Amino acid sequence: MDIHQTRRRRVLQTGGGFGLMAALSAAGFVVPKAALAEWNKAAFEGKTVADAMKALGATSPAASGEVQIIASDIAENGAVVPIQVVSRLAGTQQIAVFVEKNPNVLAAVFDVGPDLAPDFTTRVKMAESSNIVVLVKSAGGFATATKEIKVTLGGCGG
Amino acid sequence: MGNAFRNAAFAAVVCFAPFGAVAQERDRTAEGIEAYREALKDGNPAELFEAMGEELWKKKAGPKNASLEQCDLGLGPGVVAGAFAQMPRYFPDTGKVQDVESRLLTCMSALQGIDTREHVEARFNTPKKNELVALATFISGESKGKPVKVSLAHAMERKMFELGKRMFYFQAGPHDFSCATCHGQEGKRIRLQDLPYIPSKEGAAAGWTSWPAYRVSSGQMWSMQWRINDCMRQQRFPEPVYASDMTVALSLYMAATSNGAIVATPGIKR
Amino acid sequence: MANPMRIRAAVKDGITEVRVLMNHEMETGQRRDAAGALVPAWFITEVTATLNGRKVMQTQWGPSIAKNPYFAFKVKGGAAGEKVSVTWVDNKGDTRTDEATIAG
Repeated sequence: MDIHQTRRRRVLQTGGGFGLMAALSAAGFVVPKAALAEWNKAAFEGKTVADAMKALGATSPAASGEVQIIASDIAENGAVVPIQVVSRLAGTQQIAVFVEKNPNVLAAVFDVGPDLAPDFTTRVKMAESSNIVVLVKSAGGFATATKEIKVTLGGCGG
Repeated sequence: MGNAFRNAAFAAVVCFAPFGAVAQERDRTAEGIEAYREALKDGNPAELFEAMGEELWKKKAGPKNASLEQCDLGLGPGVVAGAFAQMPRYFPDTGKVQDVESRLLTCMSALQGIDTREHVEARFNTPKKNELVALATFISGESKGKPVKVSLAHAMERKMFELGKRMFYFQAGPHDFSCATCHGQEGKRIRLQDLPYIPSKEGAAAGWTSWPAYRVSSGQMWSMQWRINDCMRQQRFPEPVYASDMTVALSLYMAATSNGAIVATPGIKR
Repeated sequence: MANPMRIRAAVKDGITEVRVLMNHEMETGQRRDAAGALVPAWFITEVTATLNGRKVMQTQWGPSIAKNPYFAFKVKGGAAGEKVSVTWVDNKGDTRTDEATIAG
């Protein structure tokens, strides 16, 4: 709660003539309650991987070779970075994807229900070269995998 | 010329440096980038613009409340499949060589009764221009997989080809630049971008057959008119009029040079 | 009004792969406009999918997902001719649902 208020104040200061709603939405992602019963606000507002993982119920999970991150080592443009995540852990229930150096680290949480294969592909934004961290919740607890991706589009213009 | 070229080469070297001074590392980087580009091809957001373009093509609009479905893109009224692969081409009804975008303006005016001046003058990335870009994206996609087959049979087509070639080598502006400064030599790169050597069939094809393209850096869909407009800006040339003869001539020069190459539009780019 | 998605679904060896392109800005809330004001966050927060009307997939997203999102997932079961529908909801409460037929 404290963190939230501090951030809100900062946005109000920098935002000048901003309306309260705009400031709130810029700082804390105003989400209509009706639309989103499940959206894990605390996790998505996590500033570090550890904080976001904690909000998802995981503390210091161990790395596992059964969790796979398929992506190129280099992204030509951080605006669009293709990533595939696969879990071979028995009883996989949830897969979360984090971009370690983004302002909000959590990118996505995929629920793996009985009808789904634990295999998802999407594209994330990366503010800079960073580790991609994947957290898998399975019958055996939490496990992670990490892959570094270098983003080449930097100071040389667009 | 000498200076401008040296400056460009210097900029390229400076930009390469962080990625590794040795050629080996550069190759590894190039491999990584290749894998990245491959991963993007499946699920090109350009498909979203194709869908929008198709909707616009079929939607009744303008004072005549008509769709564009009877537009003649060169293969007869309403024939879209394969039309883009044979454009730009000479159209007897206008007495002009037209690319897909200038032809769309003709059809909007003739079929829908729209005054297209606003479309011509609108900046890129505004609703009016985005309509044309989406339409061009849809039409280009209907030629995907077909060989480029641009005619130089008509005297006007030959004249426009020569004009386009002249424009390609035309050197001017505060930087004393031409299209050929970047695209007139084999094997040139700026940062990690290979620059196609347009006067060769392969190079012309690399350029011509991949636009319109979705640009991941901006999340925007760019048509060839937009691409050429931006090339002119990069050369510090005056901004060309949208769909003007000069832009169509450059397109015809590239298209005809790439004849036989396979259309891969809509593309996806950095 | 939100623009349509493109959905492709194909079944192979008892697994239906669904590939979706969504039309969305995915504003992070970190970017500033030309006047220096923060552009408010505007992004898809939840994506769900059904197979023949039955919910089979549910995911939550943050603003780190790229603009005009691409998303592929694999559903156990499904047969050619059956229907897959995908729905997204964003943080402004806007939503969009589109449907596709599974190809063989």
